[in-house]
Amino acid sequence: MTTLPNLLQRSYQEAPDKTSIILQHAGQPDKPLTYRDLIRGANRCALTYAREGIQPGEVVILILQHGEDLVYSFWGAILHGAIPSIMPFLTEKLAPEKYRADLASLISITKPTTIVTYPEFEQEVRGALVEGDSVRRVILTDQIEAEAEPNFESLQGFKSKPEDIVVLQHSSGTTGLQKGVALSHRAVLNQMDAYGQAIRLDPASDVIVSWLPLYHDMGFIACFLMPVLLRVPLVNMSPFDWVRAPYRLHLSVSQYKGTLTWLPNFAYNFCAHKIRERNLDGADLSSWRAIINCSEPVHVESHDLFFEKFSAYGLKESALQTCYAMAENVFAVTQSPLDGTPVVDEIDRETFMTQRLATPPKPDSPSMKMTSSGRPLPNVKIRVVDESFNDLPDRSVGEIAVQSDCMLTEYFNRPDATEAAIKDGWYLTGDYGYLADGELYVSGRKKDLIIVGGKNVYPQDLESLASEVPGVHKGRTVAFGMYDEEEGTEEVVIIAEADSTDPSEQEAIADAIRKHVTKSSAIALRHVKVVDDKWIIKTSSGKTARSANKEKFLKELNSQ
Amino acid sequence: MTTEIISALAKFIAEKILKQPNKAIAADEALISSGMIDSFSLMDIALFVEDTFGVRIEDTELNADTFDNLNQLAALIVSRKP
Repeated sequence: MTTLPNLLQRSYQEAPDKTSIILQHAGQPDKPLTYRDLIRGANRCALTYAREGIQPGEVVILILQHGEDLVYSFWGAILHGAIPSIMPFLTEKLAPEKYRADLASLISITKPTTIVTYPEFEQEVRGALVEGDSVRRVILTDQIEAEAEPNFESLQGFKSKPEDIVVLQHSSGTTGLQKGVALSHRAVLNQMDAYGQAIRLDPASDVIVSWLPLYHDMGFIACFLMPVLLRVPLVNMSPFDWVRAPYRLHLSVSQYKGTLTWLPNFAYNFCAHKIRERNLDGADLSSWRAIINCSEPVHVESHDLFFEKFSAYGLKESALQTCYAMAENVFAVTQSPLDGTPVVDEIDRETFMTQRLATPPKPDSPSMKMTSSGRPLPNVKIRVVDESFNDLPDRSVGEIAVQSDCMLTEYFNRPDATEAAIKDGWYLTGDYGYLADGELYVSGRKKDLIIVGGKNVYPQDLESLASEVPGVHKGRTVAFGMYDEEEGTEEVVIIAEADSTDPSEQEAIADAIRKHVTKSSAIALRHVKVVDDKWIIKTSSGKTARSANKEKFLKELNSQ
Repeated sequence: MTTEIISALAKFIAEKILKQPNKAIAADEALISSGMIDSFSLMDIALFVEDTFGVRIEDTELNADTFDNLNQLAALIVSRKP
């Protein structure tokens, strides 16, 4: 059994001139990195970590943006045997104090010894540190050692064993309760092996093109670890550049004959609505063999929109594929088979809603279309279970449980969370779905979680933020997600009770809620409704009943 | 002319981006750094400006350093108008 440093060493020796990553920055020439460049750059960081006295097994948090520094500091940590974890960078709109509070909370749980960042961001990072916390040093990108020939004998990472933790992926949790998903070398390599088979990955002909951020499993595993480790060339642009010019993805596919891309559902709608013909002049998308929809509920209508818009450029309909994935399984659990379009299961809506059964549509009764997420990877077993952990038959909706040889080792420093999530060797996903003819259909979530444009947000966090706004009754707020067909993702709605019944005062409060939630969370909030006293429905135990409030909101909306 | 540009931009942002047609946006109110216009809507501004005023804003300019309120955006449009 091998480890990640072993694979890097082999690539350095066997394929030093092969291109590993082509880094793209808007307005600058593309920057190709060969395996020689990559590993020599990583070696500089590994030497830096050694100089700073960082021990193998210590956690190193990387707060860096898309670019060479991030690539080298990550792979340098791997060569040194430290455990890297990539964190999101501060965005333009997020309040710095909120960012610092989140970082401080993460530090208190994950207990990193080291943070790597830019000189200009040092003060921001230091602002999150407190006396007595685990962080012993902040390494700045201008303090990295000079280039030297890697000495594979002395690099500490080569002492790692396959069962050692190699990376942490921070999956979202409610504020103050972040979870670092700890993955071993073995788990990562088993996932690569199984997923490579499922998508018939071929290092000689495939090219991955991605704009996805690296602090999220889809970008981190499918579009960073996998291509680098398996020697598949990666064309990587920044999410910041993509969102301002989504056609850059298509132009890169055309230019580099890209074959594989992963996207969250909203991105299909976003590209279809916002890319203009003149931006794609002469583009050829015929090399794209799979564009894999993952990390948000899949809507077949989004595939249709995307295909309709880009088929004129040679896009094949069979390129539109689906996957079900989670950080806790390293990445993919299922994958559509790539030789056709994903199966669409039309079912009777009423039976599905009331009896949680996916049955064939009835004449004269409304139906709904479910898109398959595909079949389990060769190393993955799936069960759909009821609340007592009994198996449910095909076409019955229950919680999806997963078992594989690529599961998380633990939630880092969170034995409570680890114990709650794993039962008899099965990871309970918290997602609802059903199996039919070997295909998995994901239909909802057990916990209240809203996925907005691929970002996970928790309604309870949004509710407490809204409660902080002056004029709002404390604890009398409710947040929920509402699917927006145009956008292809959920939109957040917040309802808040206020003292004032004056419409202009209520509108001012609504605006203050929008501003405060936008500055203090990952989302930009649009839909706010300020209501009179006693509008919000609570359960008998005083908890907010989100689905009942959502129903009431929709009923009022439709009767207007 | 600047006044007309500002009111056209304000109307577009309120109606199409914020979906609050009655919202008044002050000419010096922060748009990008405040998150009022999120990154997913920045492109809509560029396309609207191009279609309405025949002025091109590059995607690399869609950030608060180039413009962060209606006054600044209108000035940018005026300076580039053919």
